Amino acid sequence: MKRNEKVLLRGSEVIGEAALRAGCRCYFGYPITPQNELPEYMSRRMAELDDRMFLQSESELAAINMVYGASASGARVMTSSSSPGVSLMQEGISYLAACEFPAVIVNIIRGGPGLGNIAPAQSDYFQATRGGGHGDYRCIVLAPAYLQEAADLTYRAFDLADEYRIPVIVIGDGMMGQMMEPVVLPPFRKDLPTKEWAITGAGKGPSRFIRSLLLDVHVEEEHNWKLYRKYQRIERKETRSESYATEDAEMIVVAYGTAARIARGAVTRLRDKGMKVGLFRPITLWPFPTKALVQGAESAKKLLVFELSMGQMVEDVKLAMNGKAPVDLYGRPGGVVVTPVELSRILSRRYNAMQHEAQT
Amino acid sequence: MRGKIRIKKELCKGCGLCIETCPKGSIVISKKINEKSYFPAEFDKKQKDECTGCGLCALICPEAIIEVYREKK
Amino acid sequence: MKEMKKVIGRPKYLKEVPNHYCPGCGHSTVHRLLAEVIEELKIRDRTICIPPCGCAVLAYYYIDVDMVEAAHGRGTAVATGMKRCLPDRVVFTYQGDGDLAAIGTAELIHAANRGESITTIFINNGVYGMTGGQMAPTTMVGQRTTTTPQGRNSACDGPPLKMCEFLSSLEGAAYLARSSVHSVKQIQQTKRYIRESFQVQLNDEGFSMVEILSMCPSNWKLSAVDSCRYIENEMTQHFPLGVIKQRETEPS
Repeated sequence: MKRNEKVLLRGSEVIGEAALRAGCRCYFGYPITPQNELPEYMSRRMAELDDRMFLQSESELAAINMVYGASASGARVMTSSSSPGVSLMQEGISYLAACEFPAVIVNIIRGGPGLGNIAPAQSDYFQATRGGGHGDYRCIVLAPAYLQEAADLTYRAFDLADEYRIPVIVIGDGMMGQMMEPVVLPPFRKDLPTKEWAITGAGKGPSRFIRSLLLDVHVEEEHNWKLYRKYQRIERKETRSESYATEDAEMIVVAYGTAARIARGAVTRLRDKGMKVGLFRPITLWPFPTKALVQGAESAKKLLVFELSMGQMVEDVKLAMNGKAPVDLYGRPGGVVVTPVELSRILSRRYNAMQHEAQT
Repeated sequence: MRGKIRIKKELCKGCGLCIETCPKGSIVISKKINEKSYFPAEFDKKQKDECTGCGLCALICPEAIIEVYREKK
Repeated sequence: MKEMKKVIGRPKYLKEVPNHYCPGCGHSTVHRLLAEVIEELKIRDRTICIPPCGCAVLAYYYIDVDMVEAAHGRGTAVATGMKRCLPDRVVFTYQGDGDLAAIGTAELIHAANRGESITTIFINNGVYGMTGGQMAPTTMVGQRTTTTPQGRNSACDGPPLKMCEFLSSLEGAAYLARSSVHSVKQIQQTKRYIRESFQVQLNDEGFSMVEILSMCPSNWKLSAVDSCRYIENEMTQHFPLGVIKQRETEPS
């Protein structure tokens, strides 16, 4: 494959290949629809490369703990799952965050709650951005909307994880996992960062240990503040978002991932009809791009959050806007995927209602 | 005396296993508590000639705080 | 008086600090044996231990090797991840009855089945120590604990699990042995089994485990001496001592 050559790959393969090129040495995972293609791809592809380790674990619980062990030893490591499996991983993710072990966790979200279905959804926003497991912690959450972005963000996820010693969650959904788009794959990373903190045997020096049991409350408090300061640094430096037609927009749709693709199509249709509608697309869900949203929404009379869920990101949008403009929600849970045409009709009704309200 | 033991009494928890195990019955519980408020084991000085340095006390001691010495041949 | 030489002393890799274990607790003894074996095999510089959630959660204060804490029961999965990344290190888990035979059993079975080249030191004291003496999967029928005040009833809770026998059908399990630390003779036996199990790992033969019947005087409500008698007279009746499985190694 020549550098800068475009390849046509399925979403799950894009994520897998980008991870391997980022230097992902270990993959542990358990099958769950709709992301089975990812472990299957990893099992084939890792056998073709040097010094890679694929292991199908006996459960997601085991997988996240294998990730923990591999990360503790200093390796770049990834796991993937879908919503119910990611629920099982929450304990492990809390431990990763507490011990500051880097890892990349891919969640290909499906309809829920409970066993749900295998259709695309965005109902794990809370799970991803609000910790999900116990304790005060955050994970960086990346939400690609296009496969090129999925490649770039997955590649970057490993650097972010290592730089900040934090779990990074890459969000996708079943649609993204299955779709095929031309992608330029990133190059194979050559020099990976060394990790002095990794536990590899004491050698000739004193023994070391990494643990998250901090019985002294003041020590635990200080550890939490340390993590908090790290999260503040990440908030200052790593937010990402994209705006489309927002400069003079009176109604701004806020959406991410697959919902943003749909929304972009709907917004374009409405712009063609002369409606002043725009789209703000968060790319990092945590840290949430508050500043960019507020700046981008300066001219807006209303924000309409569109999510494939009962409404989870809408809360962050409301927090970010802090009353500057009304925030509405159009949510479709259960794995229902609205088409751009259907969405444009709904947006157009809301837009017209907004204009009518303004006049009366 | 062919043997001698030294018990690190500040680390002793007075579990009594060495006392039970010593074939000569030469170890007893001290009447003075240590800093951790345990009554530690101590070698009965009246029996110092009895110690053979068999080491059974050290082997049973969970805390690994008994040093055993034997006469060099 | 003739000159004396020291014949038994504290092992080098057992840190000279007070520990939090109760008087007569088997953990202390096993820590000592591990420190001795690690020194004798000269593997300290490349050994990594994964302590449990349980009384031995603070093992990193006591044994002088690198350690990584694991969530309750997940030690064998964490060890799998570590050993697969660092195959030339000696990776062992140290687990109690809850960690290994309750919450972590799935991870244990699969690590053993895969023949992961790790060693598991399993402390079987028939009770959940750290949390105050509740029933464990290895609690004996009739044994009173804080959650079986009338004594364990196998009609309700099933009989106690014999973990070595349980794993022995798995091809990947190369060495499974059970010993105890209630007498000098058994302590010496335990040390031999620990050394053999580490040797199995060093020879890359597969999964190895040593189950060690251990005293818990505090939760058994017995003196240290009576706890040893309890192991001798009662526990060994249900949990037979010896090498339960030792896979024949192929001639090279």
